[in-house]
Amino acid sequence: MADVTLTIDGKKITVPAGTTVLQAAREKGIFIPTLCHDPKLSPWGGCRLCVVEIEGMRGLPASCVTTATEGMVVQTASPAVLEARRMLLELLLANHPQDCLTCSKNGACSLQDYAYYYGVRGDQFQGEKHAYPVEADNPFIVRDLNKCVLCGKCIRVCDEVQVNNAIDFAHRGFNTRVTPAMDLSLKESEACVFCGNCVQVCPVGALVEKASLWQGRQWELTKVRTTCTFCGVGCNLEVSVKDDRVVRVRGYDNPLVNNGWLCVKGRFGADFADSPERVARPLIRTGARGEGRFREATWDEALDYTARRLTEIKEQYGSRAIAALSSARCTNEENYLMQKFMRAVIGSNNVDHCART
Amino acid sequence: MIDKDSTNRANIKEAALAEALQRYAGARGALIPLLQEAQEIYGYLPQEVMQTIATALKIPFSKVYGVATFYTQFHLKPRGRNIIRVCQGTACHVRGGARLLEAISAALGVGKNETTPDGLFTLETVACLGSCGLAPVMMVNEETYGRLTPEKIPAILEMYRGEAVIAAG
Amino acid sequence: MRDLKEWRQTLQQQDRPADRPSLTVGMSTCGQAAGGARVMAALEAEVKRLGLQVDISQTSCIGMCYAEPIVEVALPGKPRVFYGDMTPERGGRLVASHVVQGVPVREWALIQLPGNASPYEGIPVMPASPYYGRQVRVVTSRLGLTDPESLAEYIATGGYAALEKCLRQMTPEQVVEEIKTSGLRGRGGAGFPTGLKWGFTRSAPGEKKYVVCNADEGDPGAFMDRSVLEGDPFAVIEGMTIAAYAIGADEGYIYCRAEYPLAIKRLKMAIAAAEAKGLLGSNILGSGFNFELHIKAGAGAFVCGEETALLASIEGRRGMPRVRPPFPAQQGLWGKPTNINNVETYANVPYIIQNGGRWFAAMGTEKSKGTKVFCLTGKVKKTGLIEVPMGITLREIIFDIAGGIQDDRRFKAVQIGGPSGGCLPADKLDLPVDYDSLTRAGAIMGSGGMVVMDENTCMVDVARFFLNFTQVESCGKCTPCREGTKRMLEILTRICAGEGRMEDLDTLEGLARVVKNTALCGLGQTCPNPILSTLQNFRHEYEAHIKDKRCPAHVCQALLVYTIDPEKCTGCGACTRACPAGAISGEKKQPHRIDPALCIKCGSCMEKCKFGAISRL
Repeated sequence: MADVTLTIDGKKITVPAGTTVLQAAREKGIFIPTLCHDPKLSPWGGCRLCVVEIEGMRGLPASCVTTATEGMVVQTASPAVLEARRMLLELLLANHPQDCLTCSKNGACSLQDYAYYYGVRGDQFQGEKHAYPVEADNPFIVRDLNKCVLCGKCIRVCDEVQVNNAIDFAHRGFNTRVTPAMDLSLKESEACVFCGNCVQVCPVGALVEKASLWQGRQWELTKVRTTCTFCGVGCNLEVSVKDDRVVRVRGYDNPLVNNGWLCVKGRFGADFADSPERVARPLIRTGARGEGRFREATWDEALDYTARRLTEIKEQYGSRAIAALSSARCTNEENYLMQKFMRAVIGSNNVDHCART
Repeated sequence: MIDKDSTNRANIKEAALAEALQRYAGARGALIPLLQEAQEIYGYLPQEVMQTIATALKIPFSKVYGVATFYTQFHLKPRGRNIIRVCQGTACHVRGGARLLEAISAALGVGKNETTPDGLFTLETVACLGSCGLAPVMMVNEETYGRLTPEKIPAILEMYRGEAVIAAG
Repeated sequence: MRDLKEWRQTLQQQDRPADRPSLTVGMSTCGQAAGGARVMAALEAEVKRLGLQVDISQTSCIGMCYAEPIVEVALPGKPRVFYGDMTPERGGRLVASHVVQGVPVREWALIQLPGNASPYEGIPVMPASPYYGRQVRVVTSRLGLTDPESLAEYIATGGYAALEKCLRQMTPEQVVEEIKTSGLRGRGGAGFPTGLKWGFTRSAPGEKKYVVCNADEGDPGAFMDRSVLEGDPFAVIEGMTIAAYAIGADEGYIYCRAEYPLAIKRLKMAIAAAEAKGLLGSNILGSGFNFELHIKAGAGAFVCGEETALLASIEGRRGMPRVRPPFPAQQGLWGKPTNINNVETYANVPYIIQNGGRWFAAMGTEKSKGTKVFCLTGKVKKTGLIEVPMGITLREIIFDIAGGIQDDRRFKAVQIGGPSGGCLPADKLDLPVDYDSLTRAGAIMGSGGMVVMDENTCMVDVARFFLNFTQVESCGKCTPCREGTKRMLEILTRICAGEGRMEDLDTLEGLARVVKNTALCGLGQTCPNPILSTLQNFRHEYEAHIKDKRCPAHVCQALLVYTIDPEKCTGCGACTRACPAGAISGEKKQPHRIDPALCIKCGSCMEKCKFGAISRL
């Protein structure tokens, strides 16, 4: 497609035709705030924070849904734009619990960031506020609709990425809320698979990970990039760690693998890391089968023992007496090696995998 | 007898819904017309009916619920044959509107915005009916009743119950 | 059917068998609400009792809402006479005098239609009557004069000649050009040139295209579309069929609000009748052109009058608007190019095709051509449905046509354009009514609601009323409309309750400006207009509420003060008994007094006082 050249805040910018004004501005490092925009989701144009002034256009169009055209002249921080953004933030804060002190999202909240950036205290309007009960009936997600800014990103990620359609807007106007059918909780609805991708895209504290509550504040966390161990896909993770403990897991934005998205296990299954039940050393059974008596062993001893027993069994009963069961928690390479070992070394085709059925 | 009758009625409704679903099979934009027809049949939109429609149209239940709650025409709770609206205006409040509401609620055995199990009455409140001189006031359907006391309630309700019997007979 | 002309001639010859009298009752929604059905029943009974040979039928709204129920009496070879304010009791005399003796009841008669017969004396002839004298009836020309449910009458009065002309003599491009020549602009609100819109949809790439009629008229105080749908459904259908031919569509939808059951019923009948005669469906008039038309009943959401929300609703989704572009002309219903116009716009089309775009463009002003239908309500003497040429002044409409203000009180303002419109004060009375003048003055043409207000109307209360409406109807998608309407309403409610602060006015103004500038759709962008226009034109009323704790129009209840004039009070005690709050005290036969701390300002005492001793300030 052809290119178009437009002027944003006095800078000439050339972008491919079809680019939005927001994309064009961001490419040049020009700041425009957004709550409902996510480049990985379909456009929405609802929060209106990204409004800009465009010569020849009526009102203040939302830059996230306005296509850049040749010769367009855009101002992202004119007095009218700033007045509008401040007012919109006032409006959002007027219907938002001002409990940043203890909010999980404190320090990573878009609404908080913009309020600070524009110096909006949220005290201009005193009126009705929502008073929804906080939903915490499932083990993974705490949902506080009082903090919801109705950006709809959770709905879009559920529809477009997870393709699970568990939630939508319901009711309308001031009473609009995001909910599963019948205003049930996520758990009650039985439609939610708790992938938690909605939590990841939520710009405010309306959706937060339950296990992360009170475990560490945003600036106390160290972020580590790693790979999920639950299955062979190899989703990239961004693990937040405090005092050597995993506090939160989010998808790492690697378009080659998971593009930032995760499933319920990868996101919420990290508790095994610190579990007292976790088997951290090899155990060798001491009692009868099923008796549950084990003793700890070293890796060398355990491997020697295993090799000896495999050889014995093979000699006594033949290769086909041996079967191997592998785990989805291993990488594809490890799974490959396992079946190769069984076929080439043991000589058996009795291979299976926990994720087969 | 009563059980047989109600089973019969339920079957008739189910058949009507099935017929409507059949008629709209494969049609585009069928959700709202179907919800409208379902409400005609059932008087409101029961959860199971919305679920049936969702399944038939292959539309997620969450979306059906989103649509049903967006449009004011749709009622998700049964509404009675008679709508009682008790005035909550200032004048009525001063003259015992709250006691009146309690009395009606007790007489019907339902709370605000609820409907009696026999489907005869729905109890609602209204900001002000503009009949302050007659406070406390309530409206049953289009009829206004003024200068009410809790003692007068049973007789008025009885009148509508009587009408229902005549209508049924 | 191949030869419409022949059928029309046959129909015209046999039209209205002139050998017997006829009685016609106005039975549109307003006629029915005023008791038209009871009047009709009474007339039927009377005719039967006297054993007369009289045709009794129904018609639609002739526009004189102030005089409903309306009955027309026509004797063979005599002018048709219209009577107003009919009751079942008046039926006897009407039949006895006019039908039996041939003598019209002059004091009840409103107007007569001259026709070929010489007029009755003492009854205004329609075009010369004060109400109709300044009107130009195009879209409403059949209203109240024909049976809206009869295709034969529609055709006999020239219906479907335009479609026939298009299909036989004009290319689709020529049809689009003719509409462009006419200068017709959308009658739904924004006033986009219709021919241009048709051209866009026609040239949009794609095989499948749709035409949609927006009949989701939801403004409080507006019933133009309802009247036209109820009164001339075939004209709307013919207009849509012509549009479909012009843009290359074969399927259409009429999205009509469910609160208009009679309109929906008549549309359904009209569609069936047109289909039966080959005027709708496949191979229309043997031309090979196909057009299938469906009706969608709305489900109760004002915002669905916004075109992208309307399309979402037809598709079965929540009626939430989306950002344009892409415009429906490019991507509309199910992503296909779609032409959306409102009822009145389509109803104009057959007349433009038949009489030519130039004929239409000769009416109106330079940039606003043709006529516009308005609903005149509020505190005028004659409320009703009127059709006037663009460019007429507000003064002519309110004082010449509607006869001025009720009880000759003072005119204060006229609200034009419903919740999206504004309130224009007396100094704007000489404003010509056209799209651009109204917009410049801070109102909008809107769909055509015109509510007249007098000195007893509180402008803050009016703003609050409209904000209450838009707040309830906001879809909730965008922040400014969802949250902003709520806060604007809260501030206005506070001011009306006497709890406003002067700084509220600046906040209100700023908030209104931001909502107007940043809201996603037309509903949000225009909903601050009632506030901005009243703040601009009636700021002193706001200030009186805030500074003096006084409502100059005596409307805002919390600000009223009731007092008893001791000179006039006889101490009868009627007020004491009426007071629900026990705020009135006094000895028998002695002047009473009202305790302002207990008074809840309901006004019951004032209604009960026979001596005019209680006043409201």
